[in-house]
Amino acid sequence: MKGTIFDLKRYAVHDGPGIRLNVFFKGCPLHCLWCHNPEGVAFEPELMLLPNRCARCGDCLRACSYGALSQNGDGLVRADRSRCTLCGDCVEACQREAIDIVGREVSVEEVVAEAEKERVFFEQSGGGVTLTGGEPLAQPAFAEALMDALREKGFHLALDTSGHASPEIFLRLAGKADLVLFDLKLMNEEKHKKYTGVSNRQILENLRALDLTGKPVWVRFPLIPGINDDGANLQAMADFLAGLKSVQQVNVLPYHRGGVEKFRRLGREGEFAVYEPPAEDRVQAIIDFFRTRGFRVKRGG
Amino acid sequence: MNDRIKKLREQSLNTRPSISSERARIVTEAYRSPEVQRASIPVQRALVFKALMEKKAIFIDEGELIVGERGPAHKATPTYPEVCCHSLEDLETLNSRPKTSYAVDEETLRLYHDEIIPFWRGRSMREKIFAEMTPEWKAAYEAGIFTEFMEQRAPGHTVLGDKIYSKGLLDILKDIEDSLARLDFFNDPEALNKQEELKAMAISAEALITYARRHAELARKMAAEEKNSQRRKELEKIAEVCEWVPARAPRDFWEALQYYWFVHVGVTTEFNTWDSFNPGRLDQHLYPFYKKGLEEGTLDREKAAELLQALWVKFNNQPAPPKVGVTAEESGTYTDFALINVGGLRPDGRDGANELSFLILDVIEEMRLLQPSSMVQVSARNPDSLLLRALKIVRTGFGQPSIFNTDAIVQELVRQGKTVEDARKGGSSGCVEAGAFGAEAYILTGYFNIPKVFEITLNNGIDPRTGKKIGLETGDPGNFQTFEELWQAFEKQMRYFIDIKIRGNNVIEKLYADYLPAPFLSLFIDDCVLKGRDYHNGGARYNTRYIQGVGLGSITDILASVRYNVYDRKTVTMDELLRALSQNFQGYERLRDRFLNRTPKYGNDDDYADELTRQVFEMYFRLIDGRPTVCGGTYRVNLLPTTVHVYFGRVTGATPDGRLAGEPLSEGISPVQGMDRKGPTAVIKSAGKIDHVRTGGTLLNQKFTPQLLADEEGLVKLKDLIRAYFKLMGHHIQFNVVTADTLRDAQKHPEKYRDLIVRVAGYSDYFVDCARELQDEIIRRTEHQGF
Repeated sequence: MKGTIFDLKRYAVHDGPGIRLNVFFKGCPLHCLWCHNPEGVAFEPELMLLPNRCARCGDCLRACSYGALSQNGDGLVRADRSRCTLCGDCVEACQREAIDIVGREVSVEEVVAEAEKERVFFEQSGGGVTLTGGEPLAQPAFAEALMDALREKGFHLALDTSGHASPEIFLRLAGKADLVLFDLKLMNEEKHKKYTGVSNRQILENLRALDLTGKPVWVRFPLIPGINDDGANLQAMADFLAGLKSVQQVNVLPYHRGGVEKFRRLGREGEFAVYEPPAEDRVQAIIDFFRTRGFRVKRGG
Repeated sequence: MNDRIKKLREQSLNTRPSISSERARIVTEAYRSPEVQRASIPVQRALVFKALMEKKAIFIDEGELIVGERGPAHKATPTYPEVCCHSLEDLETLNSRPKTSYAVDEETLRLYHDEIIPFWRGRSMREKIFAEMTPEWKAAYEAGIFTEFMEQRAPGHTVLGDKIYSKGLLDILKDIEDSLARLDFFNDPEALNKQEELKAMAISAEALITYARRHAELARKMAAEEKNSQRRKELEKIAEVCEWVPARAPRDFWEALQYYWFVHVGVTTEFNTWDSFNPGRLDQHLYPFYKKGLEEGTLDREKAAELLQALWVKFNNQPAPPKVGVTAEESGTYTDFALINVGGLRPDGRDGANELSFLILDVIEEMRLLQPSSMVQVSARNPDSLLLRALKIVRTGFGQPSIFNTDAIVQELVRQGKTVEDARKGGSSGCVEAGAFGAEAYILTGYFNIPKVFEITLNNGIDPRTGKKIGLETGDPGNFQTFEELWQAFEKQMRYFIDIKIRGNNVIEKLYADYLPAPFLSLFIDDCVLKGRDYHNGGARYNTRYIQGVGLGSITDILASVRYNVYDRKTVTMDELLRALSQNFQGYERLRDRFLNRTPKYGNDDDYADELTRQVFEMYFRLIDGRPTVCGGTYRVNLLPTTVHVYFGRVTGATPDGRLAGEPLSEGISPVQGMDRKGPTAVIKSAGKIDHVRTGGTLLNQKFTPQLLADEEGLVKLKDLIRAYFKLMGHHIQFNVVTADTLRDAQKHPEKYRDLIVRVAGYSDYFVDCARELQDEIIRRTEHQGF
């Protein structure tokens, strides 16, 4: 069984307990304008240019058989992605890793082998593997096979999800995790549609249904100033969460611009937005808002 | 920190190191006296030591509680002309060089010109050593294949055990009498030598008692004149302490510290020993005095902290003896490597962490001084609370304390033949060197430039930097059909140069044993008194000599690149590679990019590279471990660099890992700077693939950004990272917690960052005091950042 991922990150310390291996699934049914992992949105592999590494040598141009690459006036490489077939010849030709195809097929066995390398750290720290992305549930068969294989090896499993999936898939896969990291972005359905491209109705229903199973949940709230930090959204979120019994903590994740450079590299500037990171006192006020309502709140993952 | 300590600390920080000619003058006068000239060599050394203890200027500064200094003023640093007689040019250099300078006054220059140089020229140990070295040794030394630790400084490299806390020098003098009485002049051909050595030890012991009593007298005199009644009482107490110790065993916490300090001053006055001297397991040794003081109501936590802080200032007042030439290159720092050990195990195997361990950690954090350096020993039996407390200090970003694996150290020492109790009484000193404290001479003899030997191999015995043939003709590498053939040539060259190093070492070991014994140091290291043998002559219970391997990360990446690109994938021929290296990659930029970016590297948990790390380690171990030394010791290996990786890099041309000519090599067992791209767990896995237990110490440097350790959870995850490394039997790990941006800013505005302390390699130093290339290298070390 194979799936498409865009990264395996070791020493991940912000996505679940202990020291973890993050498996970044490629592809997401949502399209959040603030996405900080834009390379996780498209399901197919993508060409990525890293101009800061480019030697302007032109090796990649010469390697390309489709005329998809060109150099601008100062020698930097540009891509015409409509011509690119993702053959990888340019990646092979570049000696500085300035051009890359983000996203690759991996087998369950490859990921398990990578997790095995980290076993000593997992065991020492109470860590494990986190399936994240992108959206792991958007590759349900691969996600399930991977979870089964990892579970068999005794690894602690966390599933980081938007919750956007059919209830059957959602509950089956969430049921296989030891912990669900559930991203909750916006309570208003219209706004949710506007900023993420999908309705939140199924998402909220899924969370409610999951709650009934008693599975431990950490709710992750990406704090985007001007989008979801208004009193109405916060209040609605607090009210909703107050009705759940399995939410162990709320993680407030302040917006940062880590994704901006990445969507430039992908040539997808037009599809995302850039926001002001929240002021420190605003972050604290929101943390306090949830805290005073009885939630265990943590800043960051 | 109270006002007294604040003042003493400020004074220490603000005093510029200077050269004092006092010791050179007294030593030279003493060697001229007929009494000394008539005596046997050990007794000569003891009489010289006696003259120093009787004649050197003493003072008790305002507010001091612990008294005694190596020089006539704070940071006044003596010279040791019998070991290394500095020329006038050396003294000028020391005075004027931009980093680690020492003020040299006119009087010193005059004295050196008129008295010291005329007497010692041609007679110093340094000159004896160079006169005895073979042309092959000199060629390798000049090429930068290895360094020589004893050409400017005496062996030392040892740590005090628990002896002084139960024995005064009067007790040790009785032991000497017993040993003298046991001498067998009928059957033992060594009896006379032993007698002279024991006589020398006795003279040295009495000399330190005299030195202490001089302080007692001075304190009494000052007390009589003191107007402030509080200070008068302190001076009276100082007099009482100095009258009692070191003659008798200490009765309380204060006396224990003062006794140690007198011994420290004695050892570092007798010789310019490497790593100065070191009380080692301070929390273990002092705990009974601490407990007793608390129980009797004669001591409280504050007073104990104050006394420890007073001792800390004393350490900081002793810059390393001046170093010049290659020695300054390999150890370019004022730090003199006294490394306080905290935590670890008790001799019976129980958890050794106690209240005092935590108090000492408080002192370390509050004092924030370069010296003494500090470390925490962590055994599986020690609580996490000890490690977490230490990491809270690490987080403040001054590189201390470093973290050691007690369970690895104990296994290392037991493998070398120590009893398990002696091993548990031991720890690490200097940078990372494992030793049985109080019973072992474990002497570092020099750094060994492994990548340079590979460069010589690639050039069929010729050093491309000079064009001189200094190695064996192992064949034109262009003719090697397989990687294995290349490897065999490399191993031949390694054996050749290691043999040259060991032959030289054996001569130098004998020269020190014959000409410069250390009867004073011998009083404190078991079993010198019992055996009637000097510390420099195999007197210690355990005798070990190290050759410190340097550039493990670099040599791995070099070998991986050659194997991968030339032999496995055949993307470049050996001849083309050699041309690229000889051109320092000019015109071969694409090839260099491939070597840097598209070739397996150590530090990424990649077995292609790491298997070569293991093989190099096994070769180095095989060529050195277990070989005998001339005075009854055994050779062992360890892997650490101090600052020599910068010098070794400077003399090594471009290398197949993409490194340009002259750039630093990797340090310790850390990956090549910036080449570890998979985070700290991958580095730890790579570093854990060699067998640390068969070394006497390895050094792993990691850099973290402050954000990663900002909260308790980050700290706990760092703790787990360390615990996991120690499960893999890693020996040591240390951290720089500072951003690269901060360091770059400090390069631009050194005046704003005078207090910025960074971890260099087994010790910390002021960033602005580090040479520029070392600064750059510290910045380049990968900064691990979570996101």
